[in-house]
Amino acid sequence: MSQSVTSRRGTLGESTLRPDGAAKVRGEFAFSSDMWHDGMLWGATLRSPHAHARIVRIDTSPALLVPGVSAVVTKDDVPGQLTYGLISEDQPVFADGVVRYMGEPVAAVAADHPETCRRALAAIVVEYEVLPTVHDPEECVAGRAPSIHPEGNIFRTQRIIHGDPTVTGDVTVEGEYEVGMQDQAFLGTEAALAVPDHDGGGVEVYVATQWLHEDRKQMAQCLALPTDRVRLTLGGVGGAFGAREDISLQVHTALLALRTGRPVKMQYGREESFFGHVHRHPARVWMRHHATRDGRIVNIEARFVFDGGAYASTSEAVLINGITHAQGPYKCPNASVTGWAVRTNNPPCGAMRGFGVVQACFAHESQMERLAAALGMSPVDVRLVNAMETGDRIITGQVMDSVAPVAECIRLTDAIPMPPPLGTDPHELSLPGGSGLTAEARHIVRGVGWGVSIKNIMYSEGFDDFATARCRMENGVVTLKFATSEVGQGFVTLAPQIARSVLGVDEVLLDTIDTGVGSAGSTSASRQTWMSGGAVLGACEKVRDAFLAAVATRHGLRPADLSVRDDEVVDSSGAFRMPVRQAAEGLSFDETFEHHHRATEPLDENGQGNCHVAFAFVAHRAVVDVDVDLGLVKVVQVATAQDVGKALNPLSVTGQIEGGIAQGLGLAVMEEIVVTEGRVRNPSFTDYLLPTILDSPVVDMRLVEVPEPLSPLGAKGVGEPPCISVTPAIANAIRAATGRVINRVPVRPQDICL
Amino acid sequence: MNNETYTLSVNGTDMPVHDAWVGESLLYVLRERLGLPGAKGACEQGECGSCTVILDGEAVCSCLVMAAAAVGRSVATVEGLNPDGSLTDVQQAFVDEGAVQCGFCTPGLVVAVHHLLDSTPVPDAMQVKEALSGNICRCTGYGRIIAAVDRVVEVRKGSRA
Repeated sequence: MSQSVTSRRGTLGESTLRPDGAAKVRGEFAFSSDMWHDGMLWGATLRSPHAHARIVRIDTSPALLVPGVSAVVTKDDVPGQLTYGLISEDQPVFADGVVRYMGEPVAAVAADHPETCRRALAAIVVEYEVLPTVHDPEECVAGRAPSIHPEGNIFRTQRIIHGDPTVTGDVTVEGEYEVGMQDQAFLGTEAALAVPDHDGGGVEVYVATQWLHEDRKQMAQCLALPTDRVRLTLGGVGGAFGAREDISLQVHTALLALRTGRPVKMQYGREESFFGHVHRHPARVWMRHHATRDGRIVNIEARFVFDGGAYASTSEAVLINGITHAQGPYKCPNASVTGWAVRTNNPPCGAMRGFGVVQACFAHESQMERLAAALGMSPVDVRLVNAMETGDRIITGQVMDSVAPVAECIRLTDAIPMPPPLGTDPHELSLPGGSGLTAEARHIVRGVGWGVSIKNIMYSEGFDDFATARCRMENGVVTLKFATSEVGQGFVTLAPQIARSVLGVDEVLLDTIDTGVGSAGSTSASRQTWMSGGAVLGACEKVRDAFLAAVATRHGLRPADLSVRDDEVVDSSGAFRMPVRQAAEGLSFDETFEHHHRATEPLDENGQGNCHVAFAFVAHRAVVDVDVDLGLVKVVQVATAQDVGKALNPLSVTGQIEGGIAQGLGLAVMEEIVVTEGRVRNPSFTDYLLPTILDSPVVDMRLVEVPEPLSPLGAKGVGEPPCISVTPAIANAIRAATGRVINRVPVRPQDICL
Repeated sequence: MNNETYTLSVNGTDMPVHDAWVGESLLYVLRERLGLPGAKGACEQGECGSCTVILDGEAVCSCLVMAAAAVGRSVATVEGLNPDGSLTDVQQAFVDEGAVQCGFCTPGLVVAVHHLLDSTPVPDAMQVKEALSGNICRCTGYGRIIAAVDRVVEVRKGSRA
C-alpha cells in the first residue's frame, strides 16, 4: 500500500504534484467502492419510506428464503449499543420501534449479488403506522410540536450577550434570511468492505471516511467489541465535504460480516446516498444591524434557527459556529444573539464545508448590502469601515489574535479587473440558461455583489482535536505514518513536502492510512494542514534532532552546531558539510508526535468565552448575468482574495479555492434538497442540480500570505473559506442586477421573475 | 439468476463474461466481472459522466448501457489508453495542472477529453466546456481541468507545427 513519492524535490512552498495523481488518472487508484475480496458478499439496507411512523411489525423471514441471501439483520441483532452519534449518541443503528425520518435504516441484508440484495429487501415485510410529522422548526422553538424523541425536540439553544445590547444606531436595517438544505454530493458514494477475523471476535474494515478513529470508537460500541479488535483502513475517498464525518454504513457492513463470517461489501447508490448521510442545515436567520451615519456597526441583534432533522449529529456545534460568527469579519462592540438547533422529522443535518458559518454569512452579508444602501455608501466602503483587525474583541469576548487581513482581502479583491461586458453577439452557451438556449441577450442585466467572511478553524468549545504522526528514517529514506483522511484535499502531497523541508531528504514513503497509529482527528474544519501538518512537522523535527545528535557523535561535533540546510547537514562553523543521504547511512530513527492546538473553553450562559482556536478570512466579488424574464442566472466571474497564512502548495490552494467557489455557487443558485413534510423530493443527480463546467465562472484570485504565528507552519486551512462568502456575493449580485428582494438561497427562478 | 454467458470486446481484447445476470449494466460488468474498475459509478442516471467509456467510437455513460447490448461492439475504457503503463498527454496534463483532487471523476474526464480531442483537435473554449459538461467534478470547480485541456491542445499544436 505504500506509495513512492520521488517525483520532484517537492519542499514546502512548491506546487508539488500529488503522489496519487498517476494512479488516479489511470483509473487504478482504489476507491472504497473498488474494494473486492474473495468470497465476498454484498450488503444492502432497507430504509423507511415514511418520515415518521411507528413500526408495528417486521417479518424478515421471507427475505431469508430468497436464494443467495446469507443474512438479514435488524436492531435485535445489534450486539452492543443500539445508537451512535458524534456528540449525542441518539441515532439508532436500526430503527427501534419508530422511524423519525424518510430513509432511516430498518434492516440490512447480505447476499451473493446486488440484485439478490434488492429482491431480499423487497421481501422484508414492515408494517408501519404512519404518524404526523414535525417539520417546521419554529414549532419546535415555540414548544408547540409534540416531542418526537425521548430527548425532546431541542438539540441546543444558546444566547450571546455582549457589551450593551440596548445600544441603537442612526441607521437600522433588518431582514429575515433563509438557507436551503445543501448536499455535499461527493461523487464517490458511501462504500466499505468488512472482513471478519477468523475467530469472529474482531473485524477489519476498509472505508471512505473523514475520521478513522472516531468511526472505530462508535463501531466498537455498537458491535460490543474491544476497540483494538475493530481495525480501520482508509479506502480511497471520492470527496467528503463533511458528509463522511458521521458514520453511515460502517456498523451495518461490519455487523453483516461478523454475522455471516464472510467479507461483506456495501456501497450506496446515489439515491441511497442522499438518505445515507447528513446534509447542510437549512436555517432561518433574522438580523438587525445598528450603525452610525458614517457606517460603523454599533450593535447587532440576531436570531438563528437551524433545522437539525431527526438526529443530533453535530447540530450542537453547528449552532455555536453559526451564532458566534453572526458579526462576520466586522467590528461589533455590542450584540445580542439567540439560536436554536432543533429536532424535526426532516433529514438529519450535520457537517458540511462551512459548518454553520455559511448560514450566518448569507445573513450578515445580505445585511451589509442593505446597510450600504441605507447609508448611500458603496458595498466596498461599508465593509472597509467595519473591517475586523487583529486585537479586536469579538462578540464572544474572545480577542482576535489571529492574523486578520480583512481590509487587505477586500482591497485586493476590489482591484481585480472586471470581466469584459457581455457584448452584442455572445456565445449562446455563455448566457443564463446555457444549453437550454432560453435567454436572449437583450433580456440580460448584469450585477455585481460582494461577500466577505470569517471562519474558525479547528474544533471549538474545549475539544482537544489533536493529531498524531510517526516519522521513521532509515538510511536517509523517510516513511511517514498518520491516520489523516485524504479525501482529495492533498495532505498526502503536503506531508512529504514537510518531511523533505525538515530532513533534507528526497525520498519519502507514505505508510497505509489506518488506525495503526494515533488519531489525526477529522479531515474537517479546515484543520488538517494545521493539525496533522503540525504533527508531521513535530515528528520530523524529533527525528532531525536525533539524527543530528548521531551525526555529531559520529563525527566528533557538537549537536547544537549542526543543522539541515537543503539536502545537507552543515556545521555552523562551515567546517563540516555532508549530504543528508550520506550522513544518514546506517542510522535509523523512529519518532511519534502529537500536535495539540491551544486549549479553548466552552461558552458561558451569555455566550462569552474563548471558544475558538483561530480564524481565516476571505473576500469575494461576484459578477452575474441575469435573465430577468426567465429568472435565469449565469455567474460570469468571481474575484477573490483569501487569507491563507502561507501557501504551502500553491497549486493545491488554487484547487481548494476554485472548488470551494463552485460549491458556494451551487448553494447560491442551484443546489437544494427539497423536502415537503419530511419527504425528500429530489434524491438524484437528475433533480438535484450540481454545477457543471458550463456553470463554472472565471475565478480570478489573489492569495494574502501573512504567516500565522499560531500555526505550526504559518499556514491557515484553506478548505472552507472559499465556499462561504461567495454564496452571498452571488445573491447580492442578483439583487443588484434585478432590484428584487433576495432573502434566500438558493435563488430560484421564481425569486427573480415572479 | 446468473446464467448468461457472452463475450465483450474491451480495449481490443475479447473478454468472456460467465454466468452473468442479463440485467447487469456495462459499468457493473466492467467493474465487477472483468476487473476493470477505472469507470466509476456515481449517479446511475447518466448525469455525472464518471462511468464514461467509448462504445463504437461514441462516448457513453456505461451505467446506462446494458452489458448484453454491448455484445458485438467495441468498448474502450480508461485502462486501454496506456497499455504500456505510461501516461497519455491528457493524463499527464491532469496531474501537472492540478486537475485531480479526489480523483473519482477523473477517469471519466480523461476518456471524455481524449474523445473530444480525437474529433476536434483544436477546440475553442466553449467547445471544451460543452464536451465536458456531462462530466461532473465536485472538487476542483473545473478551473484546473480547463487548464489541463488547454495545455494538451497547445502542446499538440506545437508538435504538429
